[in-house]
Parts: sequence; C-alpha cells; structure tokens
Amino acid sequence: MGFFLLLPLIVVVLIVLWVIGMYNRLIGLRNQTANGWRQIDVQLKRRHDLIPNLVSTVKGVMEFERDTLTQVVEARAKAVSATGPADAARKEGELTQALGRLFALAENYPQLHANENVKMLQEELSSTENKIGFARQFYNDIATKFNISQQTFPANMIASSFGFKAAELFEITDQADRAVPTVDLSMRK
Amino acid sequence: MNLLEQQAKNRRRTWMVMVVFIAFLFFLGYGFDLLYLGTDVPVAGFVAFIVGLIFALTGYYKGAAAVLASSGAVPLEQQLASEPSDEKRLKLTGLRNVVDEMAIAAGLPSPNVCVIPDHDPNAFATGRDPAHASIAVTEGLLDALNREELQAVVAHEMSHVRNYDIRLMTLVAALVGAIALLSDWALRGMRWGGGGSRRGGRGKGGGGAAVVFLVLWLIAILLAPIIGQALAMMVSRRREYLADASGAELTRNPLALAKALEKIEFAADPTASIKRGTANLCIADPLGRKAGLREGLVADLFASHPPMVKRIATLREMAYVPPVSRA
Repeated sequence: MGFFLLLPLIVVVLIVLWVIGMYNRLIGLRNQTANGWRQIDVQLKRRHDLIPNLVSTVKGVMEFERDTLTQVVEARAKAVSATGPADAARKEGELTQALGRLFALAENYPQLHANENVKMLQEELSSTENKIGFARQFYNDIATKFNISQQTFPANMIASSFGFKAAELFEITDQADRAVPTVDLSMRK
Repeated sequence: MNLLEQQAKNRRRTWMVMVVFIAFLFFLGYGFDLLYLGTDVPVAGFVAFIVGLIFALTGYYKGAAAVLASSGAVPLEQQLASEPSDEKRLKLTGLRNVVDEMAIAAGLPSPNVCVIPDHDPNAFATGRDPAHASIAVTEGLLDALNREELQAVVAHEMSHVRNYDIRLMTLVAALVGAIALLSDWALRGMRWGGGGSRRGGRGKGGGGAAVVFLVLWLIAILLAPIIGQALAMMVSRRREYLADASGAELTRNPLALAKALEKIEFAADPTASIKRGTANLCIADPLGRKAGLREGLVADLFASHPPMVKRIATLREMAYVPPVSRA
C-alpha cells in the first residue's frame, strides 16, 4: 500500500526537478543573450575611440582627401550621439561606409603603406570591424539557441507562462547594406 | 553536409565509440572478476578504472604547463615586447587580434597565446576548460599562413577547448590505462596459475556458454591494449573532425581552414618540439604521417588525426565548393 502512495510522489518530485532545471537553463540563456547584445556595443565604442587616432595619423599624408576625412569625423560624431538602437544601427552603418571610402582612397597613397603606425592602426581598425561582425554573429547564435530552447517540446508548454519571450535576431534594417559595395580606385581626384 | 550537421554527426559518433569503450572495459573487468576472483561484484574493473583515472587526472592538472614548457613556448606579450622586426610585430598583433575575434565569436574569455620557435607549421590548444585555456602556434605557422587562414586554425584550436576535448581525452586516457592494467594483471595471474575460481568450481550449469565466454574473454584480454589504443584514436579522430566543423561555425569560413590545411600538409616535416603527449590536440599530426610512417590500414587505425585529404574534402563540402580533383 505504501508503494502506491510513493510512486505518484516520486513522479511529482521528478516533474518539479525538471521544471526547475528547464527554468534555470532558460534564465541562463536569456542573460547570455542580453550580454551578447551588449558586447556589440562594446566593440562599437572601441571603434569610436580608435577613429580620432586614425584621422590624425593620415591627415598629413592625405591632405587632398579633406572631404572624405571630414565625412568620417562627422559620421563618428553622429554615431556617438545616436539615440536608441534603431538610430544607432543606422548611424553605425553610415560610419562603416565612410570608413570604407577612406580605406579605399588610402590605396592611392603608397607612403601610407610604408608607415608602420598606419599599418598597425589599419590592423586595429579592421580587427575592430571584424569584432563588431563576430559580436553580432555571436548574438544571433545565442539568441537562436535561446529561441530553440523556448520553442522545443516539452519546454514550450511552460516557457511562455514563465514570461519568456522570443529574442529578436540582429537584422539589416537599411537596404543599402545589402547592396554590393562599389569601390572607386580610379586615379581621378 | 553543412557544418551544423557535421557537428551533430561527430558528437553522435564520439558517444557511440565511448559506449563501446566503456562496455569493453566492463566486459574485461567482469570476466576478470569472474575467472580470477570468483565474484560477481565488479571489483577489478572498478579498481583498474580508478587507478587509470588517477594517472590521467594528474596529467590533466599538470598537463597544460608541462606541455607548454616542454615545447619551448614563449608568451605572446613577451615575444611582442622583444621583437625587433616591424613586420613580425604586425603579424604577432594580428595573431592576438585573431584570437580575440574568435573569443568574441565563441562568447568565451580570450585564451593565453604562446609562440613556439619551430619552423614547421603547427598549433595546439591546452586547458581543462575555457577559463584556463592556452593556444600555442609555431613560428612556421605564422610565416606560412595569411590572416584569415591563421584565424581558421585558431578557431579550430579554440573549438577543442570549447568542446571540452581535453577532458574527454583525459577520460579516454583513463580508460586506455585501465584496460592496459587489467590486461597486465590477467596475464600475470595466468602465469601464476590463476583462475582459482575455476578450480573451486562454481558448478553452475551452462558449461558450454562458460567456455565460449572464457575463450572470447581470453582473446579480448590478449588484444586489449591494441583494441584500447585503436578505440582511443577513433575518438581522437572524431574530435578532430568536430573541431574542424566547430571552427568553421566560428569563422563561417570553412574554405579558409581548407586552404590552411593544404599549406600545412605541404610542409611535410614532423614538428620536433611538440611531444607525443599532445599529438591529439594539434592541428596536424606532429609525428609526421607523411614523412616516414607507413600508409595503409594500420597507420590509419592508430593515427590521432584523420587524413588531411578527407578533412579538406569535408571542409570544402561545408563551403558548398566542389572537391579538388587530385591529378
């Protein structure tokens, strides 16, 4: 008689343990997803900090590219003072494009290639661009993992009642980012 | 198969081999207890496993520092500070950045980086978990590869740490040790007229089945060290494939690793400074399969790394690129 009392008790205990385990896993993933999003900001800020150094290093050599240099400085200022994630995403995109134009033009200045400081700076800047990309990649990977955990059976039965919502993936909002970039390497200037 | 499917397949295969491995150990232990100790309780198997585990764990905890010291690795920061050549400094900074980028992509802390003064291109990773990890690359690797290929190799090494391969290979080493111990004890026991329980006569029925079991068990115990080693190398090769696919997931650029492996394969000399113990954590077999070791089934069975050709073909498949036709 005691056994029949014990069995449902064991089942209930197992279910409770499973719910605790699943809840903790989802909490862990939600926090990692939030952290992943913040990491993107960390890399974007790093880029903001590197740009003044870049501009002052190349200014002497690339004096005829004043327009492009000014564009970079202005784009950076706008990105730093952006309000809200959507605005920031757009301004950061414009900054990326301005930097791209500057690097393309730098190809016309062989003196820059011989300069060790410039090469190190270019390495740091291109590494920062890579880090921004990888931070976004990681965010999407961890957000996908989080979403899968919420939506697979049997967790989906209780995930929403605990208040877990699907995470948004990082997406391109500006269609111009999907276009293939054109680089004008002609000697006209 | 894309890189996610490759990872799933490799993880499945690993566990299939591990199940066989553990079952084999239990089979040997059970037979030993039955025939030599006359008991059903798995005493010998358990003891052998504990001893094997102790040795393996000692290696695990002392492992990283010993391995790095024996290969003459220099910490990256130190190398950078004492490097006179601008070009070399740029490469070392590139290495540091490439490792940091992969750490961001993996969502892990950045590992320590060391440089080994060897001209043969190779790399390895050590560390019991991502918080205590180190990656070492040879100078030959820095010279031979461009930035994206270097990043692919670093991603592969970090994936070894990410997938806890060091822990798995420690467990595998414990199993190999336990199997070797059991085999050793059994053979000694036989020499001293062991099998007392057989004489004592457990007298149960099913004499035919018992004989079959005995014969199978004797064959198994004689071949045990070889079988253990072969199983261990099977696990090692699976983890190499997994690290390739995991690394490709980090870079999203499987072709870069394929190109890096081609360049590494071309430099066929063994890497002298990387000792045998860390062979299964390197990107390429430092014992130089191409240079001198026999090709063929035996070499393939006991190789810690899959053949380069297969690795490159698998990576090209992940990149949706047609295979190379080797004329």
